Amino acid sequence: MAAWPLIRLIPRSTHYRFVRWAPVAAVISLVLILGSGVSFFTQGLNLGIDFKGGVALEARTPATAPIDLDKLRAVAKGTGAHDVQVQGFGAPNSAMVRFLPTEGGNAQVEANRIKGEIIAKFPGMTMPAPTVIGAKVSGELLMGGFKALGIALLLMLGYIWFRFQWQFGVGAVVAVFHDIILTLGVLSVMQIEFSMTSVAALLTVIGYSMNEKVITFDRLKENLRKYKSTPLREIIDLSENERLSRTIITGSTALLALGGTMIFGGPVLFPLVFTMVFGIIIGTYSSIYIALPIILVWGLKRGDEEAKPIKLGAASRP
Amino acid sequence: MLSLSRWKIAIVTLSVIFGIVFTLPNLLPQKTLDALPGWVPKQKLNLGLDLQGGSYLLYEVDTAALRKERLGNLVEDVRTTLRTAGISFNGLGEAGGVISLRIDDASKVATAVTELNKLGSPLQGALTKDVVVSSKADQRIELTFAPEAAKADAAKAVEQSIETIRRRIDSLGTKEPTITRQGADRIVIQAAGESDPERLKAVIGKTAKLTFQMVDETVTPEEMQSGRMPPGVVLVPGDAVQPYYALKKRAVVSGEELVDAQQAFDGQSGRPVVSFRFNGSGARKFGDATARNIGKRFAIVLDNKVISAPTIQGAILGGSGQITGNFTVESASELSLLLRSGALPAQLNIEEQRTVGAELGADAVKAGAISLAIGAAAMFVFIILAYGLFGVFAAMALIANVLLIVGIMSFTQATLTFPGIAGLILTLAVAVDANVLIYERMRDEAAAGRSPMSAADTGYRLALVSILDANITSLISAGIMFSFGSGPVKGFAWTLAIGVFTSLFTAIIITQVLIGWWFKAAKPKKLPIA
Repeated sequence: MAAWPLIRLIPRSTHYRFVRWAPVAAVISLVLILGSGVSFFTQGLNLGIDFKGGVALEARTPATAPIDLDKLRAVAKGTGAHDVQVQGFGAPNSAMVRFLPTEGGNAQVEANRIKGEIIAKFPGMTMPAPTVIGAKVSGELLMGGFKALGIALLLMLGYIWFRFQWQFGVGAVVAVFHDIILTLGVLSVMQIEFSMTSVAALLTVIGYSMNEKVITFDRLKENLRKYKSTPLREIIDLSENERLSRTIITGSTALLALGGTMIFGGPVLFPLVFTMVFGIIIGTYSSIYIALPIILVWGLKRGDEEAKPIKLGAASRP
Repeated sequence: MLSLSRWKIAIVTLSVIFGIVFTLPNLLPQKTLDALPGWVPKQKLNLGLDLQGGSYLLYEVDTAALRKERLGNLVEDVRTTLRTAGISFNGLGEAGGVISLRIDDASKVATAVTELNKLGSPLQGALTKDVVVSSKADQRIELTFAPEAAKADAAKAVEQSIETIRRRIDSLGTKEPTITRQGADRIVIQAAGESDPERLKAVIGKTAKLTFQMVDETVTPEEMQSGRMPPGVVLVPGDAVQPYYALKKRAVVSGEELVDAQQAFDGQSGRPVVSFRFNGSGARKFGDATARNIGKRFAIVLDNKVISAPTIQGAILGGSGQITGNFTVESASELSLLLRSGALPAQLNIEEQRTVGAELGADAVKAGAISLAIGAAAMFVFIILAYGLFGVFAAMALIANVLLIVGIMSFTQATLTFPGIAGLILTLAVAVDANVLIYERMRDEAAAGRSPMSAADTGYRLALVSILDANITSLISAGIMFSFGSGPVKGFAWTLAIGVFTSLFTAIIITQVLIGWWFKAAKPKKLPIA
């Protein structure tokens, strides 16, 4: 029994001064946000077939020769077509190939080229004329999603306000926006394909990030009650240190769970898992360096006396 | 908190049994399942399109009917416009896509053209309108739709249909369909594995155009037989009571002004009805019309067929009412679903129905499964290494959590897609977080000098506040995304909500029972994590 626990990630008590680094973090975050913005507006997101629609080709072979879907998938990818999806289509000798035409290119010409290359590898296969298909994500679906997300964030802000103080709510929402922008930013910079699944990943990231914030706020609230006369910045440091062990264990668990998929999950699942892993890291960072320190900008109402807001410039003194 | 009350043990046992019973069908081969007696739950997880494929429906928007309807509406618009302007005319009619009429007074032709030019709506990306008015010899005027208009109409109809279909399928539960346009006027609907294509077809195939029209009582049965109607009156098929109704063409109110429709039961007869509520302007129009026509009949017309034609007993001012007809509970709830999600702009004709395979390749699914298993295993090992025996308890709670989530999702037939699974992994991470919070709290309390029992107890009590705060926040966002989002967002919210409840239950209650037992059995002098 004495050997347990086998791992202790950090010393029992730590005294890191997180708030001290908050201004540095703020500058880094601002630069990253600006970079994300530039990338977002210059090259944009690498929107996939889910958002843009594409071209569909039906493949048929004689009834006696069923299509090897894995081979077809490999061949279709080998033609260099973007975002290829291959799906069994009703019968074993029928399949559907979808792809995203090259931007600015002639979709018809490209479709015929791909068709030719596929047929060359599958004797007896025929492919009727290609059809244009629309996006899976329609404008209304996207707008509805944004609206839902907006209302959800507002209500979460409301709940945090109700449970804590409004400064906490603002801190949480600013930090969550920070996470969303940076996550979209990295997807844009690295031109990782943005699909319907990326939306799900983004929602998960927001959920995880919000969870981080609320957990830390809770400790801060408790410490505010415990240490009435300690300066706010010290209490923030204290709360973050007290929560550090938990943050690292939870974060590592989440990263371990997803890490397997990021490494062994293959190219299809990589964009999804990458988004989530990046989001977890950024969400943890923003809880420590954004959500809590931002409270210092306005100060907090503590007990009877109003804590003095701290000037942003002065916050950088050691 | 660590007291082992009987009800707590009972709930834990029952829920674990529930989880096992409802998860089991997913692990047994189909043959074994078929051999089991009927009362055993057999529902499997409804895996998404990406993982196991599903059904594929190809529909064509009936653009010909759409065009005919638009022409018909334009004829009525021409009639009203000229009447309002006080210009008399004759020979108004439509043939071969051209509406023609003759103005009685030659001096008024120019005014008529000006007035008629106000009809129609601007074409997208052009300065011209979709209605082209041209004046011909002999005081004749002709109206046609611009060639681009037909294309624009079809595109708009396809787009509207896609949204309406999505709303309809969404109200059947989280089926996570993909609905895409194909070519100019076709729509492809794919829905995950277990979704019943017949049920989908039932909700997609109906246009659900609802109107309230006044019955023209002046038309005699003889006139109805001959089919010659006075202008502005149409003959609409009815039911067994009356095969045909003569109705005023102009609808009093239409289904577009409904804000809600629900299946209900009639207060007097107890038969299933559809109760509905109008929006503000709909309620006003309906109120005015009923107040003016007491004693007369109005007809409720669905897809050009009269469902019922009640006599107006008094003005209906509240904006709500009910549709009685020959309904069963199913048909009434189906109609209310269709009315809630809005009418399709045009009839959709099914062209093809197939079964399709998974979107993800078998190798990708396999790689995903293996990597998720590795991830889960790593998570278990890590939590056990971090907390020893208590880590084992947390791991057991996690297993119960997975069983419950899979059980509930199988039971409610929610669709599980690959992103959904990734979301679940994160749900599990947050569930672990609850245990981490509790255990860290226990460490703190033990370090502060409390006895093991008291430290454990206080750990649970104090951590609970944070855990609840975090989970309520998640639940708020899940609730909002479920009610406002559609399609995949809705599915995500549903999975998230299930996960929040099961995680709270397993991470708090189940570990409490396990730790409680351990305290009773081992009577420890020191917490294993302290």
